[in-house]
Amino acid sequence: MVDKRKFKIGEPILEVKNISLTFGGVKAITNISFNVLEHEIRAIIGPNGAGKSSMLNCINGIYKPQEGKVIFKGEELKSITPNIMAQKGISRTFQNLALFKRMSVLDNILVGRKLHTKSSFLEVALQLPRATREEKVNRAKSEEIVKFLEIENIKNTEVGKLPYGLQKKVELGRALATEAPILLLDEPMAGMNVEEKRDMCRFVLKINDELGATIVLIEHDMGVVMDISDRVVVLDYGKVIGDDIPDIVRADQKVIDAYLGVAHD
Amino acid sequence: MKPVFMRYTKNDIINFIVLLVLGFLVIPNVIKSDYWYTSILIPWLCLTIAALGQNIVMGYTGQLSLGAAGFMCAGAYACYNLMLRIQDMPFLGALILSGLIAAGLGIIFGLPSLRIRGIYLMVATLASQFFIVWVVDKFGWFKNYDLSGATTFQKIDINGIPFHSGYMMYLLVAAIVVVITILAINMARGSTGRNWMAVRDMDIAAESMGVTLLKTKLQAFAINAFLCGIAGALYTYTYLKTVEPFAAFNISLSFKIMFMAIIGGLGTISGAFIGAAFILLFPVVLNAVGNNLFHGMIDATIISSIEQIVFGGLIITLMIFEPLGFAKLWETIKSKFRPKSQTS
Repeated sequence: MVDKRKFKIGEPILEVKNISLTFGGVKAITNISFNVLEHEIRAIIGPNGAGKSSMLNCINGIYKPQEGKVIFKGEELKSITPNIMAQKGISRTFQNLALFKRMSVLDNILVGRKLHTKSSFLEVALQLPRATREEKVNRAKSEEIVKFLEIENIKNTEVGKLPYGLQKKVELGRALATEAPILLLDEPMAGMNVEEKRDMCRFVLKINDELGATIVLIEHDMGVVMDISDRVVVLDYGKVIGDDIPDIVRADQKVIDAYLGVAHD
Repeated sequence: MKPVFMRYTKNDIINFIVLLVLGFLVIPNVIKSDYWYTSILIPWLCLTIAALGQNIVMGYTGQLSLGAAGFMCAGAYACYNLMLRIQDMPFLGALILSGLIAAGLGIIFGLPSLRIRGIYLMVATLASQFFIVWVVDKFGWFKNYDLSGATTFQKIDINGIPFHSGYMMYLLVAAIVVVITILAINMARGSTGRNWMAVRDMDIAAESMGVTLLKTKLQAFAINAFLCGIAGALYTYTYLKTVEPFAAFNISLSFKIMFMAIIGGLGTISGAFIGAAFILLFPVVLNAVGNNLFHGMIDATIISSIEQIVFGGLIITLMIFEPLGFAKLWETIKSKFRPKSQTS
């Protein structure tokens, strides 16, 4: 399977080192380190409250960890904000959906094209050549994504009116529209039925395979994780308790304990 | 070559042509009375511009702001002083410059939006209302040391053509409204408008997509103030003509403009027109109806009180049944009459 990949797994593209995050007295993350290789699908798993989403929020700059660093393409990032990370080429989806609810599906995806839009509001207001040209390109790209995700029939619907599963798809589309080399997907399959999950898996694999995007994925469904990811990092109580390929992680006693809820002593 | 109307649908162009014919051919030929121009059409169009600005900052960008009258005051007095102090200043040039001055103030008074939001932001933006009007009133320089405390604005001449009659001023204001509306539609439908709405609907996601909150919010505030500044200048030059800052640009005007945006429909361009018409004209209509129907039967003061009650009741009813305002109501009605095949 690995041999057939168009984009071979390469060097570490993203590294987190000794990240610690506390909210008041609560330790959400303690001294977590792991890396993500280029073009791989990297899963972060763990029970509820293990700090998975917090981890993504630290990488993305929504939370500021008290300690530790994030290294992107070999360069240690000094200041991390969602905006800077977007510019560096890290896009994401959110656990509880963060769509623009009163905008259409296509408009949501078009917002993802923001960093590929250089014209100022004056150029847009006056419809100067650069603005119309960019708009044309952005629309074409967004239509492509709509087609790719098989949501053509709802592209003009207001997002807030869509069922959950479709909204998750739109969010993936918006992240895709940025053409970022790294996608952070926070539980892209949460709350989906089996069929929708299978669809989503197919898209994630396709994105990785055809577009070569590096994917960092948080997921609860162990079956899904084991099937599609290249390497898995397991968190429990804000600590890394396992980091390896799916088969080894699955057999790890500590991981099994964490999931089955063995008493911590 | 690319087609000129690439991004407009056929319906847009039909609407546009119908409105142009109505505004520049039908109205000038049908309406002869000066009263209609000076007391109804001109203030309606002027306040429409302000409501458009309010709609951009509040409806599109989701930043509650209440200080339109302050920026209108800034625009009006900037225009007055530019015309007064610079020789041979063309009116349109002064108009645009006063819009820019108001926009600068808009950026300053929009700064709180980076820290606070919602109803608290609204309170903070009230600063513009009080501060600007106070400065203009306090320092005589702005009013050219007129001892009466009021300012009489100059008459408008453009390229030697006098715009003194209600009819001419109407044409001028209408032409400016057309230009502004086209620009606003272009922005609202393009990438600029999408950034505004992204910030409105989910700011953290917008930021993660590369939308800069600082820039987008301040841009909306600046455009709002720019439009309010132009609206203020036109409002004083073509409608009020003689102005006392505290009386003309009081907080009730700011509220009125905010209501225009809300009742017309937040996040719509047409809503500004409908909202301004409703808030401005409906009391006039009610008054006429009340006086004609019940004249002599009921005391005049009671009639005017009832008018207020009916007006308030209508606003409440509308907000309950169609919180998205008249623009949405109009869409719903239109879609009912549309043949089924086109609805999808």
